[in-house]
Amino acid sequence: MAIIDSRHAAKQLIYEKVFRSATLTAAILVLLILGGVALSLLHGAFPALKQFGFAFVTREIWNPVTDQYGALSAIYGTVVTSLIAMAIAVPTGFGIALFLTELCPPLLKRPIGVAVELLAAVPSIIFGIWGLFVLAPVLQRHVQPWLIAHVGPIPGIGKLFMGPPYGIGILTAGFVLAIMVLPFIAATMRDVFDTVPPMLKESGYGLGATTWEVIWNVVVPHSRAGIVGGVMLGLGRALGETMAVTFVIGNAHRISTSLLAPGTTISSAIANEFTEAVGDLYTSSLIALGLLLFLITFAVIAAAQAMLRRLERRALSSI
Amino acid sequence: MNRRAFRKFKNGVFLTLSLIATLAGLACLAALLFTLISHGISGMSWRLFTDMTPPPGAQGGLLNAIYGSAAMTLLGILVGSPIGVLAGTYLAEYGRNSRLSVAIRFINDVLLSAPSIIIGLFIYEIVVVRMGHFSAIAGALSLAVLAIPVTLRTTEDMLNLVPIGMKDSSAALGAYPWRTTVSILYPAARSGIVTGLLLAIARISGETAPLLFTALNNQFWSTNLNAPMANLPVVIFQFALSPYKDWQNLAWAGALIITVTILILSVSARVVLAMLHAKGGAAK
Repeated sequence: MAIIDSRHAAKQLIYEKVFRSATLTAAILVLLILGGVALSLLHGAFPALKQFGFAFVTREIWNPVTDQYGALSAIYGTVVTSLIAMAIAVPTGFGIALFLTELCPPLLKRPIGVAVELLAAVPSIIFGIWGLFVLAPVLQRHVQPWLIAHVGPIPGIGKLFMGPPYGIGILTAGFVLAIMVLPFIAATMRDVFDTVPPMLKESGYGLGATTWEVIWNVVVPHSRAGIVGGVMLGLGRALGETMAVTFVIGNAHRISTSLLAPGTTISSAIANEFTEAVGDLYTSSLIALGLLLFLITFAVIAAAQAMLRRLERRALSSI
Repeated sequence: MNRRAFRKFKNGVFLTLSLIATLAGLACLAALLFTLISHGISGMSWRLFTDMTPPPGAQGGLLNAIYGSAAMTLLGILVGSPIGVLAGTYLAEYGRNSRLSVAIRFINDVLLSAPSIIIGLFIYEIVVVRMGHFSAIAGALSLAVLAIPVTLRTTEDMLNLVPIGMKDSSAALGAYPWRTTVSILYPAARSGIVTGLLLAIARISGETAPLLFTALNNQFWSTNLNAPMANLPVVIFQFALSPYKDWQNLAWAGALIITVTILILSVSARVVLAMLHAKGGAAK
């Protein structure tokens, strides 16, 4: 009996070791993947970075014929489309989160919440094809002519809305991105608003504050870190979003002052040109673009995570 | 207007704005679904599921693309989800608060929101360049990398939800942690882990960017994993941007198929989770 038991125990110990190392290996693999992504991008980008040096980031030229490449127009497009998206999606997402947590009848809370989350599950290529065939014509026929006629003549800001209404371009890409990141921002903000202790809100109401005053003076200050975290998470998505943008951006490697003009973004340039790129320098320059995107989104997402985590810790310690 | 009326007025304005924002968000979803259905339904026919992608101007279907998507998604899940589940187990059961676990959790969250096109470039560099050609294996691997963070996250969360008493009871009976995990925790967290798998499938089955330069595309029927393989997202991308009406119609039909599949997956993931919560509530 004792012999069987000790054998059994020894066997169990071996299983334990095997299982433990299997889980540990899988966990370390996750670290290795991120490291591998960084290293492989560096390796692939090396020829282009060696050729152009730091000027790669500051030059607007992108000419496969003369083998001259610079990332500035792609960086510009990425940043501007994301900013447009955030300008639209942040207030709207805030409104949706506010509606869901403070105003919505309990019966509708779940269905609307699920609908918003389903919008987040729709793959980006669907937004792309929708943006190209539905949204772009509407913008071209109705919105852009109005902008050109009414905002265009205003000095200063008017420069942003000049030129012919192509339909596709930076502004349209920003619109599509806004719709894409909206559910992420709305869902994160809703979750953050839900963490505000009811006691605080009730105190506000007890003092005679209106719903909006409670939201603005109690809910928002209490969940500031979470709001910023949610916004940055949305920004991270917008910066790296590929297919939806590729459909509607117009793919022109140049910087135009007008938001109605076609442009390019880092991800859409890679998606469009990578399989057709001939020559090592061309491919390498596209991978260098990918490296830039990786660095930018990594910084944004890491900052967002840090903020959301701080909020989580605070929520835990306040219990 | 006195001060009280002004405050009420301001309240009304902002609450109305928030209602408008919600309606706008719902309108976007409705508009998207409406266009997909109205454009896609006309292209729906049995040919979609029996014929190959056609050359321009000819009749055809999407059979090879549907097969390719299903095959690569399945392969991606088969490779990615065990890694995600095991790593999630490590975080929930072995590592918990170790420095390594904190780092892995952080990295995993970064991977969860990292642009998928970057993952495509990564697989291109380490698989396609080494092998010298595009292949379905490379496509499946890039999908696997995207599936890992989703399954890891849900597995860890769900294992943490299992009541600590169950774990303690098992340990008190003399079971090693692996035995407790496999025989007690996994069954207890099963529906949660299944939810994670469904979400991961939903996430990767619509991915386009990483497949563009890993699996590429293939106009013909191919089951060879070592060769380029057709897949729905890339076919939609190619056909939608083409000038041919037939191709555009096929793209819409494909878009409808993909969206319906993903919405069904996401809704069933939610149903499984809701059932889990109902069960947990009853147990209390």
